[in-house]
Amino acid sequence: MTTKTEAKEIIKTENVNLYYGERKALHGINLNFRENEITALIGPSGCGKSTYLRCLNRMNDLIPNITITGSFTLNGHNIYGPKEDTVQLRKEVGMVFQQPNPFPFSVYDNVTFGLKLAGIKDKKTLDERVEESLKQAAIWNEVKDKLHKSALSFSGGQQQRICIARLLAIQPDVILLDEPTSALDPISSQMIEDTLLNIKDKYTIIIVTHNMSQASRISDKTAFMLNGHLMEVGDTKKMFLTPDKQETSDYLNGKFG
Amino acid sequence: MNEIKEKLLKPSKETHQDQIGHLISLVCIGFIGILVVAILFFITTKGLATFTTNHVSVIDFFAKSDWSPSQKGPNGKPEVGALAMIVTSFAVTLLSAILATPFAIAMALFMTEIAPKRGQKILQPVIELLVGIPSVVYGFIGLMVLIPMVRTVFGGTGSGILPATIVLFVMVLPTITSMSVDALKAVPRDYRSAALSLGATRWQMMYKVVLRAATPGILTAMIFGMARAFGEALAVQMVIGNAVLMPTSLTSPTATLTSQLTTQMGNTIMGTLPNNALWTLALVLLVMSLVFNVIVKLIGKRSAFKK
Repeated sequence: MTTKTEAKEIIKTENVNLYYGERKALHGINLNFRENEITALIGPSGCGKSTYLRCLNRMNDLIPNITITGSFTLNGHNIYGPKEDTVQLRKEVGMVFQQPNPFPFSVYDNVTFGLKLAGIKDKKTLDERVEESLKQAAIWNEVKDKLHKSALSFSGGQQQRICIARLLAIQPDVILLDEPTSALDPISSQMIEDTLLNIKDKYTIIIVTHNMSQASRISDKTAFMLNGHLMEVGDTKKMFLTPDKQETSDYLNGKFG
Repeated sequence: MNEIKEKLLKPSKETHQDQIGHLISLVCIGFIGILVVAILFFITTKGLATFTTNHVSVIDFFAKSDWSPSQKGPNGKPEVGALAMIVTSFAVTLLSAILATPFAIAMALFMTEIAPKRGQKILQPVIELLVGIPSVVYGFIGLMVLIPMVRTVFGGTGSGILPATIVLFVMVLPTITSMSVDALKAVPRDYRSAALSLGATRWQMMYKVVLRAATPGILTAMIFGMARAFGEALAVQMVIGNAVLMPTSLTSPTATLTSQLTTQMGNTIMGTLPNNALWTLALVLLVMSLVFNVIVKLIGKRSAFKK
């Protein structure tokens, strides 16, 4: 599409259909994500963007009565293959949720959670990873003296950045964010956006957002979804200035949403 | 117009209903309040009479284990030492709670995390059934089945702490299980998805997040189980042996505070030392149940996800 064609496509999805029981929620979605880019998924409520996002680390597996068809590959291997280890997959494709959901433990225990799951016990390694991750998530200065306080004693925006740090600690390849700032105030949202821009050269980021200006501020590519269909995908600048489709233009201009 | 206004400004039947309702609840609360205070006052004065009227030493009561309040002992005074009963009461309580908790947690995990649908369908009725069986039936089974078994395996009379623990285990299991289920259900869903999305296996999610977050609730469940075990009289009395002796092993006949109360309360005369001594046992039970309640309150205060 543009000059950056040499960038590697890390996740490829083809002809994705998803059914909740009888109801079809996703209709033949083809979407690829390139390494070290931020891709924003936008669209009105109920258009299936979160549902699609949750397919990428198989969090939808937890919902009963769901059928997913189509092909999903991460670095070329099928993530819905019969021998796929979802535990391993989720270490490679991490997720940040809409509501900040730190565990009711100390900040330190939160950030080391994923590492301890993997059996890392060395105190020095853990300490280093905690500091590094909290710095990457731009929360280090606010929590460095309170690492052993409960993560729940911090504000919503701080909690969300602790959650991001918790995820960065296990160094996933891809970070999925499901409306990470919709429960936060504008200043906290701004901090999260800065954090994402800071870390994007090390990670591939896919963010679902309701906030169109957020998408335009931080994303390289934008995908617009409507009623379970992928309407349009392309470079963010081009999409916001000269969208191809009338629906995209109407949505971006606030005619519906 | 004026007529309506006048009506609106006058106190109606409905405003009186409000006052009447208020009054009725106040009367009911007052009655219950007086009742509770009366019970506490009665047990306390009666219980303390052993020490005030009969001049039994408080230290002897808690530190000695010779119990014969109706007869004169070697020093010419009746012996009122409750230590053996206190020790046995705590022993059966702790042992049964410690034994029941792992099973209760396993059942609660099964019902909330592993197979909520099947768990609820099968285990819920089982738990309700266990709650519904009267304690005399548990005691009867203990007397007829457990005691002969213990006698064959360990020798002796077969009665003692061991059969009492086993009977209480079954009796506190439903309490601890259903309260643990509530504790696990109160752990927000978010923690589970967060754990899974960080690459936790289901077991790691349960063990490292759900159980850890639910620990205060599970401890509360344990305390409630212990309160139940501590206060259970009938079933324990049927298998404990009812000899006021310091337990020398898990299968030596002994007595708990409650079993001594149920066996002796018909044999004493109001106002005499043997009777007052029983009231003192009742006072100890009362204070202990108060202690259990305080512990539950303390745990609740530092519950994990209320900050």
